[in-house]
Amino acid sequence: MAIEVQESTQAKAPGRMGDKVFSTSSLVAGSLILAVLAAVAIFLVAQSLPAFLADPADVNDGQGFWTYVIPLVFGTIWAAALALVIALPFAIGIALFISHFAPRKLAQGLGYVIDLLAAVPSVVFGLWGITVLAPAVQPFYSWLVDNLGWIPLFAGPVSGTGRSILTVAVVLAVMILPIITALSREIFLQTPRLHEEAALALGATRWEMIKVAVLPFGRPGIISATMLGLGRALGETMAVAMVLSPSVIISFALIQSQNPTTIAANIALNFPEAHDLGVNVLIATGLILFLITLLVNSLARMVINRRKAFSGAN
Amino acid sequence: MSKRIEVKDLNVYYGKFKAVEDVSLTIEPRTVTAFIGPSGCGKSTFLRTLNRMHEVIPGARVEGEVMIDGKNLYDADVDPVLVRRQVGMVFQRPNPFPTMSIADNVLAGVKLNNNKMSKSDAEHLVEKSLKGANLWKEVKDRLNLPGSGLSGGQQQRLCIARAIAVSPEVILMDEPCSALDPISTLAIEDLIDELKAKYTIVIVTHNMQQASRVSDKTAFFNIAGTGEPGKLIEFDDTTTIFENPHVQATEDYISGRFG
Repeated sequence: MAIEVQESTQAKAPGRMGDKVFSTSSLVAGSLILAVLAAVAIFLVAQSLPAFLADPADVNDGQGFWTYVIPLVFGTIWAAALALVIALPFAIGIALFISHFAPRKLAQGLGYVIDLLAAVPSVVFGLWGITVLAPAVQPFYSWLVDNLGWIPLFAGPVSGTGRSILTVAVVLAVMILPIITALSREIFLQTPRLHEEAALALGATRWEMIKVAVLPFGRPGIISATMLGLGRALGETMAVAMVLSPSVIISFALIQSQNPTTIAANIALNFPEAHDLGVNVLIATGLILFLITLLVNSLARMVINRRKAFSGAN
Repeated sequence: MSKRIEVKDLNVYYGKFKAVEDVSLTIEPRTVTAFIGPSGCGKSTFLRTLNRMHEVIPGARVEGEVMIDGKNLYDADVDPVLVRRQVGMVFQRPNPFPTMSIADNVLAGVKLNNNKMSKSDAEHLVEKSLKGANLWKEVKDRLNLPGSGLSGGQQQRLCIARAIAVSPEVILMDEPCSALDPISTLAIEDLIDELKAKYTIVIVTHNMQQASRVSDKTAFFNIAGTGEPGKLIEFDDTTTIFENPHVQATEDYISGRFG
């Protein structure tokens, strides 16, 4: 009897061993991400402190840190928001087309192309922005100023090169389009067939079925996808730094030659020549960017959780 | 409100595969008709051709005629969307929209037809439909909570309320009780009996007791073998089918000798 019991526990042992290894390794992986995040946060705070503590008169020719960073914060959020406004309708439209309208073969091909677009490095998008997009849209900008100049967004004088914040926003939109599209497509494809059929059986047209069943079901996913896209747009450096000739201003005008720049681009442009306190100031702006991203993500979480009972997860 | 359905020489195909062959039958208004038969015999497929829901499946097509009040559903000028507004459907698994409240679920179909409904009209319709589905007493205090929080049987009755809210002429039910416990099943069966006063009801069921309890007429479908099309074997009064069937296969099936 006793031997039998021992045998049976021995027989179980390898299984438990595997269990242990797996739970430990996943714990390590989970902790690692927290550790990395903490390390980044600690680095940013520690290196930023001198900039915050310094006498405002010593920071950036007596500007003080906050006067310096606020236009950058504005530029960062403004450029990312514009990019999102441009990209989101297209992304959702493309995702819906792939998931619900296109013939299967076309949908597959289109899916590959979208994924490919995500793999293009941002430097390439920056080059495209300068050499192709900016000259191409400049006449259109002139037309906008001439005809719609009374709208503050399109106020003149128009940028002669086309290298304005709107151009940057378009480049950023192209960059974040693939990630939002790819994620939304996955979500839309997961809409339960039962719900789609329920809508159709009530006499919904294809579009009504999408409105009633697909989009509400995909809402949390769309928000998450948007946040990932927004995160990329907020932190994008190269494309912005290449296209914009920066000035530190707060302006909503879209197509003038004077444009606000973003935190990330500003760091990239100024870091090579920065020294002493200047380095700390740049890192402090990085900390601000980190906080903006954190805030945006928490807001998105809140929006998703507010209607959790209606998410269809239960 | 309710209409006669006449089916003439109907064949259903999925691509090249013929799923249902040569079905002709007439369903009278304000009756309950049950479709019984072994799995894969095409009864659900046939049911779906009565409101063109089979078209949701790629490659599915139909030959023949389905006349509702003398109008062929498959005429070139008929919009399937309008067909489905006349012929409602309740599915095997309860499928209320999880992103909507109970009240919005009931109104989902109506809002498709008519977006500008006054609040009092909407409230009135919600109450009427939920009462019609015997669900009002259970949910009247939580109309704004999600429909997915209800029990399976309540969800199915919510789906019935949603279907009757658009005042269809016919209600199709595809094994509406197969995912429910006996008590919820009884509630749905009682409801079918009440709905019959106003609507023409067609129900697919695997439960032969259920067919004999709820239906006036019963159609027995069968297949000769795998890959063969399903056929209508016998269609008659339910009492005749269950007590004195004319075809041997029907008797074998209902007495449990196969299937």
